[in-house]
Amino acid sequence: MKIVVMMKQVANKDAILRINKEGTWIEEGDLSFEVSESDGYALEEALRVREKLGGEVVVCSMGPQRVKSVIKDALARGADRAIHVVGDNLGHLSPYAAAIVLAEAIREEKPDLVFTGLQSDDFGYAQTGVILAELLGLPHATIVIEVDASAEKLRVKRELESGWYQWYSMATPALLTIQSGISQIRYATLKGIMAAKKKEIKEVAPPAEIVSRPSHQRIEKIYLPQKTKQTQLLGNGDAKAGAVELAQKLHTEARVI
Amino acid sequence: MSQGILVFIEHRNGALNKTSLEAIAAAQSLGSQLQQPVSAVLLGSDLNTLAQEIATYDLGRVVTASNAKLAEYTPDGYTFAMEHAVRQLDPQLVVMPHTYLVRDFAPKLAARFEKSLISDCIRAQVNESSITFTRRIFLGKLDADVVSDGQPPVFATFQSGAYRPDQAAKGSAAAIEIIPVDVGEIRMTPEAPFQEVKQAVDLSKADIIVAVGRGIKSKDNLALAEKLADALGGDLAASRPICDAEWLPIDRQIGSSGQTVAPKLYVALGISGAIQHLVGMKNSGTIVAINKDPEAPIFDIADYGIVGDLFEAVPILTEEIKKIKGVA
Ligand SMILES: Cc1cc2nc3c(=O)[nH]c(=O)nc-3n(C[C@H](O)[C@H](O)[C@H](O)COP(=O)(O)OP(=O)(O)OC[C@H]3O[C@@H](n4cnc5c(N)ncnc54)[C@H](O)[C@@H]3O)c2cc1C
Ligand SMILES: Nc1ncnc2c1ncn2[C@@H]1O[C@H](COP(=O)(O)O)[C@@H](O)[C@H]1O
Repeated sequence: MKIVVMMKQVANKDAILRINKEGTWIEEGDLSFEVSESDGYALEEALRVREKLGGEVVVCSMGPQRVKSVIKDALARGADRAIHVVGDNLGHLSPYAAAIVLAEAIREEKPDLVFTGLQSDDFGYAQTGVILAELLGLPHATIVIEVDASAEKLRVKRELESGWYQWYSMATPALLTIQSGISQIRYATLKGIMAAKKKEIKEVAPPAEIVSRPSHQRIEKIYLPQKTKQTQLLGNGDAKAGAVELAQKLHTEARVI
Repeated sequence: MSQGILVFIEHRNGALNKTSLEAIAAAQSLGSQLQQPVSAVLLGSDLNTLAQEIATYDLGRVVTASNAKLAEYTPDGYTFAMEHAVRQLDPQLVVMPHTYLVRDFAPKLAARFEKSLISDCIRAQVNESSITFTRRIFLGKLDADVVSDGQPPVFATFQSGAYRPDQAAKGSAAAIEIIPVDVGEIRMTPEAPFQEVKQAVDLSKADIIVAVGRGIKSKDNLALAEKLADALGGDLAASRPICDAEWLPIDRQIGSSGQTVAPKLYVALGISGAIQHLVGMKNSGTIVAINKDPEAPIFDIADYGIVGDLFEAVPILTEEIKKIKGVA
């Protein structure tokens, strides 16, 4: 089994986001980054399938040089090699354009399985994987929470809404978008980190005509969401004072205790 | 020339998914502002009853695309059928609810038109003849206004709650039209949907819930929240990452893929307030949020908030509550 895993680097979840002067994007200069949550689970699941069936796990990430940290961590956790689609300003690509670039980067690999995350933690389009499947001509399943793969068959459990699930079977090659929590993620060991240093990271350039094509959907401006509810903020920055006040309010005002 | 708005109606075996009514409301609102007729499209195999139900809404027409291969949902089948319907009907705009089913096939559909969806929108505003869509980014921390190049068809999906189902206006019996659709090879085989064996904990009846999120940092720290829940006489629950990490079992997860609750009091500790969490608890009576990030979206729906470190606030809150209850 050759499995390609798509991993995106996104702003750290706890990072304070500052909007740029033009109001068109965030200031990225002093941000810290991490891997988008479900992509981490996608890699874990790929490693488990490889452990069971043998084969190779290839990680693919698109973005500027800083995404090497996501790639190196994936190699340290056990991926065999990586493809880095290098470019600045690729964040403005629509999911359709991004999927074209990613499809071209991995097409020659002829993978048996492609895993993506179900949704990125920054743009949250929830589309790139499904479009990639269409472009590569692969059947797909989304929001996958269990993978039962053998040499003969692929059966996957999909999460539906409000606690419902459904199994789907399909032939390989296929593409799955992986939901967080599918299995427990392993961390890189010292040995893994050492081994990663010798692993191949192939850099490729995105097709210029895709990158320069104006996007069919464009972000005009970004801003803090308007608040709809008047929250009573207690303690004025002093968490302990806030706690005392809150207990009183819950008793005398909300009357829930 | 492309004309009109097409709204996709989701159902399972003829039972309407209620978010489809929100999509109708969205399409009607955009249709009246753009002065464009709204049609609804239904895919399936036996659609008579549902088509008649949908025809009671204020719509230009209801189009049913019938094919035996659509009896059961598959992404391949629905993509073929919707592609066919969109090409035949040639709308300017296709409106869909942002459900798990739509997420599963609609990006593939849009790709057949060499584009992507403007996905998970929370609002849309018409200025003259163009539409500005607003979608949440960074897990709800920021909003982005998005414009399309206007090349038809534009595909947009709307988040659950963006419009209210009761905003869908009724009308006088819309015409029902049946269109034939070709459905090509279907490469995946679904089994019957199921629920996991009866959940051990039913939080839907709880009066008081203390829910923890990633801000709790470690499994050991859960004890802190447990003490607060005990003092309040409530149940412990969690956001998804806590259950993903197996710090708490999945039957304590609140949200779109967990339980939906509406207790009298919901205390959110270190939960950011992503939409998938909010849908599971937004109807709670009194909502309390303790979070160190003043911009965390959870504060948007909280009645009371403390901006600060939960590790400072929670032990004191627990003691104060015990005092009030006279058990200290
Ligand atoms: C299809 C799909 C389905 C999903 N279903 C669900 C679901 O059913 N339920 C669900 O919950 N999520 C669900 N999610 C995930 C959801 O999108 C969010 O990722 C998740 O809810 C975030 O959980 P969190 O708030 O605990 O973590 P985070 O978003 O990481 O937030 C942690 C918060 O803790 C705060 N914090 C950190 N330290 C402290 C401290 N010391 N004191 C106070 N505050 C602190 C931070 O400021 C932050 O706001 C789903 C996602 C998808 C795509
Ligand atoms: N720049 C990228 N590099 C690698 N994978 C990506 C990239 N953008 C999106 N993906 C993959 O597509 C998934 C869905 O992203 P999105 O459509 O933005 O929600 C992510 O979880 C990744 O697996």
